[in-house]
Order: sequence, then C-alpha cells, then structure tokens
Amino acid sequence: LTMLRLCRFSFRKTRAWAFSPTRLLSSSGEPSGHEQSLYPGSKSRFSADIAQCRPLTSDGDGGVSLYRVMDRLGQLLNPEQDLNLSEETLLKMHKTMMLLNTADKILYDAQRQGRISFYMTSFGEEATHIGSASALNSNDLVYAQYREAGVLLWRGYTLDEMMNQCYGNHLDPAKGRQMPVHYGSKELNYHTISSPLATQMPQAPGAAYALKRAQAGACVICYFGDGAASEGDAHAAMNFAATLDCPVIFFCRNNGYAISTPTEDQYRGDGIVARGPGYGIDSVRVDGNDVLAVYDVVRAAREICVKMNKPVLIEAMTYRVGHHSTSDDSSAYRSIDEVSYWDREDHPISRFAHYLKQRGFWDEKKEADLRKECQERVLEAFQGA
Amino acid sequence: GSTTQKNLVQSVTDALDTILSTDSSAVVFGEDIKFGGVFRCTVGLAEKYGNERVFNTPLSEQGIVGFGIGLAAAGATAIAEMQFADYVFPAFDQLVNEAAKYRYRSGSMFDCGQLTVRMPCGAVGHGALYHSQSPEAYFAHTPGLKVVVPRSPIQTKGLLLASIRDPNPVLFMEPKILYRQAVEDVPVGDYEIPLSRAEVLKEGADLTLLAWGNQVHVLREVGQMAEKELGLSCELIDLRTIYPWDRETICESVSKTGRLLVSHEAPFTGGFAAEIAAFVQSECFLNLEAPVERVCGWDTPFPHIHEPFYVPNKYRCFDAIKKLASY
Repeated sequence: LTMLRLCRFSFRKTRAWAFSPTRLLSSSGEPSGHEQSLYPGSKSRFSADIAQCRPLTSDGDGGVSLYRVMDRLGQLLNPEQDLNLSEETLLKMHKTMMLLNTADKILYDAQRQGRISFYMTSFGEEATHIGSASALNSNDLVYAQYREAGVLLWRGYTLDEMMNQCYGNHLDPAKGRQMPVHYGSKELNYHTISSPLATQMPQAPGAAYALKRAQAGACVICYFGDGAASEGDAHAAMNFAATLDCPVIFFCRNNGYAISTPTEDQYRGDGIVARGPGYGIDSVRVDGNDVLAVYDVVRAAREICVKMNKPVLIEAMTYRVGHHSTSDDSSAYRSIDEVSYWDREDHPISRFAHYLKQRGFWDEKKEADLRKECQERVLEAFQGA
Repeated sequence: GSTTQKNLVQSVTDALDTILSTDSSAVVFGEDIKFGGVFRCTVGLAEKYGNERVFNTPLSEQGIVGFGIGLAAAGATAIAEMQFADYVFPAFDQLVNEAAKYRYRSGSMFDCGQLTVRMPCGAVGHGALYHSQSPEAYFAHTPGLKVVVPRSPIQTKGLLLASIRDPNPVLFMEPKILYRQAVEDVPVGDYEIPLSRAEVLKEGADLTLLAWGNQVHVLREVGQMAEKELGLSCELIDLRTIYPWDRETICESVSKTGRLLVSHEAPFTGGFAAEIAAFVQSECFLNLEAPVERVCGWDTPFPHIHEPFYVPNKYRCFDAIKKLASY
C-alpha cells in the first residue's frame, strides 16, 4: 500500500481556564525577550528578526507540488508503487469514465438540438470524479457543485435517471423542478445540486458533525471549483470544519477557469491548497487527471477524517476541456490550441487506457468496443426519456 | 399544571433544555453560546449537556446557518443562534436559496426541516441601526421558511418548542426588549403553541388591532386608551406566526369590526403590514368601513437618539385609531 504523506500542519490549541504563565516561560539560557508569547491568539516565540515573523509566500518556490502516480502516458513514476486495486476495480474506473464522457457528448448535442434546455459537460475532469468516488464508501455523503456527475455514475445512478432529470419528465424524483444536471439521489447519498456556488460548502461540515455524533463511521466529501473557492461560504466552511473537528474532505476541482475567468484573475496565492494550513487543515495537491493518484489521496483523506475527525483539503489540478455549459462558447476567451492540447495530450481517459494496456488488461479493440457499448447504452436511455 | 416565574430569556433556556433532554440529536450553537450567550439564553446548557452539543462557532453567520442546514439535512436537530437579527444578512443566501428550497428542489428527497434559527430582534431603547432591526418581512417573502415572533415568556417557550419540532426551517425572532422585562408564570412541563395560529387576546366590536412581538403590548395600551377616551371596543390580536400567517382569524375579525390597524416597528414600505393590508382589502373589501391603517417605523434606518420618534408609539397608534373610527 502506498504510504501517502500529506502536507502536515497540526496546530492544537488547548486553553485551560486557569492562567499559569510559568509553564509557558522558557528555562534558563534563553535570550531575554525571545520567550513564548502568552497572547491567547498565538503562543509562538517572539523574535527580533523580522524574517522569522513572516509566513511563507508562494513566490520563489514554484508552489506546492502535484502528487501523481503515473505520467501523461500512463507510465508509473515509481514502478514499485502498487495501489492494490483489482483488475475489476480498474476496469470499472475506466468504463465509468468512458460512460460519463459518452453521455456528456450525447446530452450536449441534445441541448443543441433543442431537446433539453441546458447541459454541463465534465470533459477532461472524469478522473476527479471516478478517482474520488471509488475511494469512498457508499454511505459517505456527497455535497457537490455541479460538475461531478461521474461520482453519481460510479455509485450506480442510471443513465435513465440522468435523462429523466435533464428532461424534467414525470419520472424525475425532483418532479422537474430544477434545470438539467441538478441531480440528487437519496439512495446514493448525493445531495441535490443547487445552482448558487459554494453554498454546499458550510453545509458539508454540518452534515459531517452529525455523522460524527451519530458515530456513523462515515465522512462527507464536498466538491467545489477554483471559482467557488473565492466565495465567503468557502472560507466559512473550512474554518468551521477545522474548529469543530468535522470529518469532511474538501475536494477542489481546479480546472483553470470559472466560466471565462482564468485562475490568474481568481486568486493571487498558490491556488487553493495553500489556504488549508491557514485554517489548520491537512492539505494536498494532486494531479487531477491521474485517476490513481486521485484515488490514493482520497483514500488516505478518508482515513484521516473517519479516524481522527479532522477535515482534509484536496486540490485536484485538472483542465476543463469543454465549455462552462451549453450557454458558453469558450473560444471567446481561450485558444483552441490550449483546449486541444489537454484533449489530445493529457486526457484522463486516454492516460488511463495507456496504463491499462501496459498492465495487460486492455487493448485497442477493447477500447473501441467499450466506446461503442457506451454509445449504445446512452442512446437507448436517451430514446427512452 | 405547575408553573415557575420566568422572564423571556429563561423561557428560551427552558425550551432549549427541554429539547436537549428529550432529543439526543439536538445541538445548540452560534457565537458565544458556550458561556451562556450575550443575552444569557444558553446559560448552563454547555455544562449540562457537554461541549459537543452546546458549542461556540467561529464568527460567521453564513457559516452558522450553512452548518445548521448540513446538520439538519443529516438528521440532527439544529438550533442556531444569530447574535442579533441585524446580523442575519450574511446568512440570507443560505436561508433563502438553500434552507427554504432544500426540500422543494430535491422533490422531498432531502430537507432541512430540523433547522431552527433564533435571533434577538426589535427596539431596545438604545440599539440604533444595528441592534434594533425587525427583519421579518424579508423572510416572509420566502416560501419554504417559517417566521415566528413571540410576545411573552409563556408564548416563547411554547412557540419555540413548536418551532424546533416543526418539520420546516423556522426563524424565531425574540423581541430583546422583553428578554428581562417580561416575566410570567411559565408552565414547567413540555407544551407547544401551534404555529400559523394568531391569538385573539381581547375581543372587541369596533376595531381590530393587530401586531406581533412587543408591539402587541403597545396596542393593548392603545386599545385601553381608545376605550376610555373614545368609547371604542377594540379587538386585540397577536399574529404570532408571521409566515405562513393566520389569514382566517384576521379576516374573520376584520369582517366583524370593519376597521383594521396593523402596527410593527419595521419600516412602513414593504413591511409585513403591507401584505396583510393587501390581502384583507382583497378578501374583506365589502366589510371594510375604512382603509387599513398601518403604523410602522419610518422609511429610514433605525436611529439612535431619535428612537422615541421612530418607533410606532402609542400616540401615533391612537391617532390612527381616531382616523379609522372617523373615516
């Protein structure tokens, strides 16, 4: 099993009612004035060297590294590394990513044809969904944003259910009340999507707190994007999760864009992972296009959550190959070459196909067959809706 | 049954204690809750039920309500406190876009009905802009939420217990001026007062006086003045639940008296009296002897030194009665 070391930031504060400064003061030999502060807000040491008094900023060191298991061509960086996933699981991962990708293509076109009113694809981000979903238990609660349909598919949401919600027909359990892609499933523990961004974020630690009290042995995963991370709700969520010891995984899909707003206009620091330590939250950055790496970090995060009742922040770097939605034409704000690079040279599905082929469970014919099978399944459900 | 003398604060504590002792999933949280709360509504609860159930949160109203929604959606009874109603606005999105719509948007697959948000509201003599507001109208405009305002300790305990147990998110606004001023013999046991049911406090034939919270007491005095000085018999009603409101009781009363005065501290324009007036004129038009009178806070922010001129005091209300009676 891979031993994953997360960027550790443990900062426990215990506050006794009795005030006893002597136990905080240093023993002999300490230069005067450099003792530990007694301020309630910080018990660090004093220093006359201002350089000691400044937290690290991201300029200079290139930022926090991205954890990956395989490269862009599906080769393991560390050949000894083995995540101990069965062939069955690995194939399910691949098939589910392909199914999502196929459904996205067909439903996107359906909107273009006027059959459904609206749609959002997850092109390029399939590994963030499947990698994370596969590392969770079915009774872990999911609070998502709107670009996480693969998590539902992994858990067993059917194509029919997807179609019913998108069409808003009489079979939609939400009774046609919401726009397409606002999925929800009580059975699959996936809270219904709402359009306002980041509102799910403070709710997730609340739900996690309830799970903790009920000793359910489960955690909550909360998905959000690089844009939603700017909302006040995101800040509140992380602060609450940390101070109230909530077993919640904050999973950020940093796909480079919030509609047309690139990350350069969204934040000035080192992405979202760098914010975690500010809250006292264990954090890690991962290559979001590497389904195995995503699996690995979520599995480790889940263990921390459930065993220690602490939140974990995961920032999965990825790329939004598709437009923001059917109401968007991203050629208005980014080059087609850029999109093409990610689609052709570093796509989670083709990367994983390479990996599987190297493992010997997969080949070109199987890939073509799978594509065809997905197509047929989706079209069948599509016609039924 | 047996009763003990309690003020409004103690009635709140009593209700919370009752819930915490009978519902193991219940938790009470907000800013400064642990030591007892800035108005002492949660005194003794953390000691009695532990820090896991009665706890402080960071200073963030959007966080408090969001967290509460999550708790409730996961099956826990979540009782959140906003330190002042004036500070509920950062949580407006969570309340209006999330709490109110949680059940509807999921086709009833999910809900946060176990959420209750308490907050002190209303004029207190020196609160000014940010410690005096009555925000009920903003939330009465939001289907999916319930809004409740008690007038007294007995009402508070019963309505709060009903609100917490109501399977919908409820905003419970406590008139802070009554926290210590209002003292009653409150029943010791567990009892509920139904939501969406107005209470006729005094029957009358000539005029209907309608208010909620502290303003009920102002109108009671005004009604006595009207009886003594104008020989008018006034029917006094406490609305209690602002939304959904008891249309039947109000319309029945107005159909009988033909004259309605609604009074609230919140500003005149768009205040909840406007909704009541619109509905009443539509339903009871032919029974009305005069247009509905609204005596409210002025359309300005709530001032400090000018408070006595801002609030709908008894003289302004009495003037309105004269106008109604002589129309």
